Amino acid sequence: MAISSDDVLHVARLANLSLSDEEVARMSEQLSGILGHVDALAALDLEGVPPTAHALEVENVTRPDRPRPSWPRDEVLANAPAAQDGAFRVPPTS
Amino acid sequence: MTPDTLGLTAEGCVALLDAGDVSCVELVDAYLARIEQQDGDLNCYLRTRADAARDEAARFDREGRSGLQGVPIALKDILCVRGEETTAGSRILEGHRPLYDAGVVTRARAAGLIPLGKTNMDEFAMGSSTEHSAFGTTHNPWDARMVPGGSSGGSAAAVAAGLAPLALGTDTGGSIRQPAALCGVVGMKPTYGAVSRHGLIAFGSSLDQIGPFALTVRDAALALQVIAGRDHCDSTSVELPEPIAVPVGDDLNGVTIGVPTDLLAQGVEPGVREAFDRSLEHAQHLGASVREITLPTAVHALPAYYLIAPAEASANLARFDGVRYGLRLEDPGDTIVEMYGRTRSSGFGPEVKRRIMLGTYVLSAGYYDAYYGTAQRVRTLIRREFDQAFADVDLIATPASPTVAFPIGERIDDPWAMYACDLLTVPVNLAGLPGISLPCGLSEGLPVGLQLIGSAFSENRILAAAHALEGAIGFDPVPAAMRGAG
Amino acid sequence: MSEAAWEPVIGLEIHVQLNTATKMFCACENHFGAEPNTLTCPLCLGHPGVLPVINQGAVEKAIEIGLALNCAIAERSVFHRKNYFYPDSPKAYQISQYDQPICLEGHLDVDGGRIGITRAHLEEDAAKLVHSGGEAGRIGGAEYTLVDFNRCGTPLVEIVTEPDLRSPEQAIAFLALLKNTLQTIGVSDCDMEKGSLRCDANVSVRRAGSSEFGTKTELKNMNSFKFLGDGMAAEIRRQIDLLERGLQVVQETLHYDPGTKALRSLRSKEEAHDYRYFPEPDLVPLAPSQELIQRLHDGLPELPAARIERFASQHGLPPAYATDLNAEPRLADYFEAVAASSDAKSAADWVLNTRPAPVDTVPAATLASLIGLIAGGTITNSIARQVYEMLVADPTAEPAELVERHGLASIGDSGELEAMVDEVIAENPAFVEQFQSGKDGVINALVGQVMKRTQGRADARQVQELLRSKL
Ligand SMILES: [Mg+2]
Ligand SMILES: [Zn+2]
Repeated sequence: MAISSDDVLHVARLANLSLSDEEVARMSEQLSGILGHVDALAALDLEGVPPTAHALEVENVTRPDRPRPSWPRDEVLANAPAAQDGAFRVPPTS
Repeated sequence: MTPDTLGLTAEGCVALLDAGDVSCVELVDAYLARIEQQDGDLNCYLRTRADAARDEAARFDREGRSGLQGVPIALKDILCVRGEETTAGSRILEGHRPLYDAGVVTRARAAGLIPLGKTNMDEFAMGSSTEHSAFGTTHNPWDARMVPGGSSGGSAAAVAAGLAPLALGTDTGGSIRQPAALCGVVGMKPTYGAVSRHGLIAFGSSLDQIGPFALTVRDAALALQVIAGRDHCDSTSVELPEPIAVPVGDDLNGVTIGVPTDLLAQGVEPGVREAFDRSLEHAQHLGASVREITLPTAVHALPAYYLIAPAEASANLARFDGVRYGLRLEDPGDTIVEMYGRTRSSGFGPEVKRRIMLGTYVLSAGYYDAYYGTAQRVRTLIRREFDQAFADVDLIATPASPTVAFPIGERIDDPWAMYACDLLTVPVNLAGLPGISLPCGLSEGLPVGLQLIGSAFSENRILAAAHALEGAIGFDPVPAAMRGAG
Repeated sequence: MSEAAWEPVIGLEIHVQLNTATKMFCACENHFGAEPNTLTCPLCLGHPGVLPVINQGAVEKAIEIGLALNCAIAERSVFHRKNYFYPDSPKAYQISQYDQPICLEGHLDVDGGRIGITRAHLEEDAAKLVHSGGEAGRIGGAEYTLVDFNRCGTPLVEIVTEPDLRSPEQAIAFLALLKNTLQTIGVSDCDMEKGSLRCDANVSVRRAGSSEFGTKTELKNMNSFKFLGDGMAAEIRRQIDLLERGLQVVQETLHYDPGTKALRSLRSKEEAHDYRYFPEPDLVPLAPSQELIQRLHDGLPELPAARIERFASQHGLPPAYATDLNAEPRLADYFEAVAASSDAKSAADWVLNTRPAPVDTVPAATLASLIGLIAGGTITNSIARQVYEMLVADPTAEPAELVERHGLASIGDSGELEAMVDEVIAENPAFVEQFQSGKDGVINALVGQVMKRTQGRADARQVQELLRSKL
């Protein structure tokens, strides 16, 4: 399974990574290499085999609908690269 | 008195403290002093917390102590500690101070363990050599030219070098067992769900587990006693069917050990194979019966793992976007999309970018079934295989790593060669099973690790067998290179 | 253009904010209007290492919604991660449900028509963005954006209907009944202004009689029934116009601007959405027990649909009345309280047609006794209006006591009325003569005079009879 540099650029947009041309080239080569090894799975007979998302067989783990205090605002904003008027500030969305 | 921390076990620490031969502060100072001397070269720790550790030790000296109280421990830097920098080995979290303690940190504190600092790791636990840390590689105490393994290389090397009697690491595809093997210490990956992941910075959420490093199996059991159990902050954590017991027995009578011949045919190097076979002979002398089994699908675990783990990682690492915490850029750009791109591209290292790209690709429209869906089905077959195997055998034995420690730089540019380090460990994570690595000898002067795998929640059986074998093997965990040093 | 030749096809996607005490996956308080970012924690801020824990209260409210909409409750439902980057999504994925939702197909009957419910699922809400600087308000010119995470992670139930609706009016009627149903079972305040009820509409048109579906467009997030109705009507006209001119409808997302009454195409993101759904590994499946489902089912109050039918059957009200009385739960409750001790038809008249609305002013028992006074002939309808005004001014007053104090009782059979009639006859010989000479219409003038003297305390018909008998 070869990954073209167009594939790489498409996936990089989905993942919000901006890659240099050199990175794109290396990425398409290395991802192709890795997925080459993955192709071995095609040999397996998976007819009617259900998927496993989780090794754990547990159900209905929930918590009661009871509130506890939230974190102090200055504490949560202290980690923020940019804050203003008690909110997180980011560049415009478009 | 100032104890020699090289080769000093947690039980040894407790004995010294109980006897009053050393105070908690003296013990902590002894470790901090050795870290001061040795860690400049080894780079096991990213940060120590000398003052906090001394304060906590002083409190026990003042108010009295018992049990494990006052015993130092090292924490992999992927575990959140409230108010103390936690980076997961990544630039993108440089300076990040979590607002809460990880579940295991809370339990460690409650037990009176004293964190000495945060240990080095491959960025976001993605790697098998600790070379992918954004903050420099860690060196193997047995041979500084060699890697310590990874991703929990800092924790493994710290215990081997006498820079901590205990350490916590995380294991998603072998990140505890493989560095334990390469550094000649004991490392255990518990059953998925046995230890809370709350406050563990996620890599592969359906695979990640926290576990202990120690010089002895009994020490590992003591540490596991502290951290195991249900945590209401982790919906996937459960109460163990039986409490962790510190092993005492010295035989393997009635124990059947399976050896998966097909899995071992996957390029295990001769020196490792010899040490492995010798430990099987020890097992037989202790009364175990050893039989050959096959795990035909587990042979394909590696590619399945390298679809599932990156897929989950691609979502887990999407939150590092420069909005709420982490890397601050001089110029974030004019739009949110520019800020995302710049923050993530300058914050993540090459291996992390590679896995995010791989994971995003295999989940993307048109490829899900071919890749992620297929891997999930392979995972089902692997679980069934293990279930069938454990109907016939009590434990499964393999080497923890196909090779001994390899030279720094040797695999850094060949992703798949690096991934191949996990060949024998990933099947265990995919099936959610417990596994331990204990040192079983040397090859070319470097440690070899024996992996014992058990059925879900059979930690006690694994620990008992490992303890018995440990006695028979009589491995000296003190690296020759470290003797006399400091 | 001939609208009749075309049939609109409408399906709705409704997001309902649950009124739980806490958020969906963390124990921060779930309420509207707090200071920005004062209801947050490491979890709803998507900090490293946090893990979601499902709110049992939200699960039970979602099941109640399913039961109220005649849905099957899934034996096993799972959460998925829906991946997308946007500053309102701190993890860059929304925990939602994908191919295994908690509520499976159901239906809601709206005046005769059965509207299919495709599914209802649980998910978490996003943060609130405020675009500032630049051309105020408009995203386009914003210089920066501020993020408030108070709403982030609060529980939502997304309800998806089949494309069974055939007109904007029917769609609004469906929404009204749905809103009433959700308010009746008490899972949400459904306040569209606050955004606790949000509706997207998928709209297409096709040749009348055709069974094919046309290309649909999506109308985003209208914050009132009226705008939603206007928007759908405008979009239907636009599509019909395109098709009649032989043009194509393009699949796109539109926003209706109530001010300009214009439909604006929302600029599609540079990257077509690829949500990369996969099972949320941090959560385990939900498998509600039959006991739980039964308990929630038994706990449900009478639902509006059933209540409308009962009002028609039990109280013999016209269907239109029954429906109007069920516009909102408190209105229906009030009506039942009044009708409990008075004639239902009159009660319905008073409840629906009196302004200011009694439900906001006069206690139900008080209105009932007022209606009783009319029925018993103690007061006339017009006097009752006066008394009602007094009750609005003083809701604690007693109707009978007011009638007494102000001497408003009808004087039908008393000699007082007869005396007045005699006076009027005596004082109007001219009218009397005209009447007796056959000018029957004149009687009304005489009735008017008597009524004036009674100040409305008599019944006009009775007065006329009395006059005729004396002349
Ligand atoms: Mg939704
Ligand atoms: Zn929260």
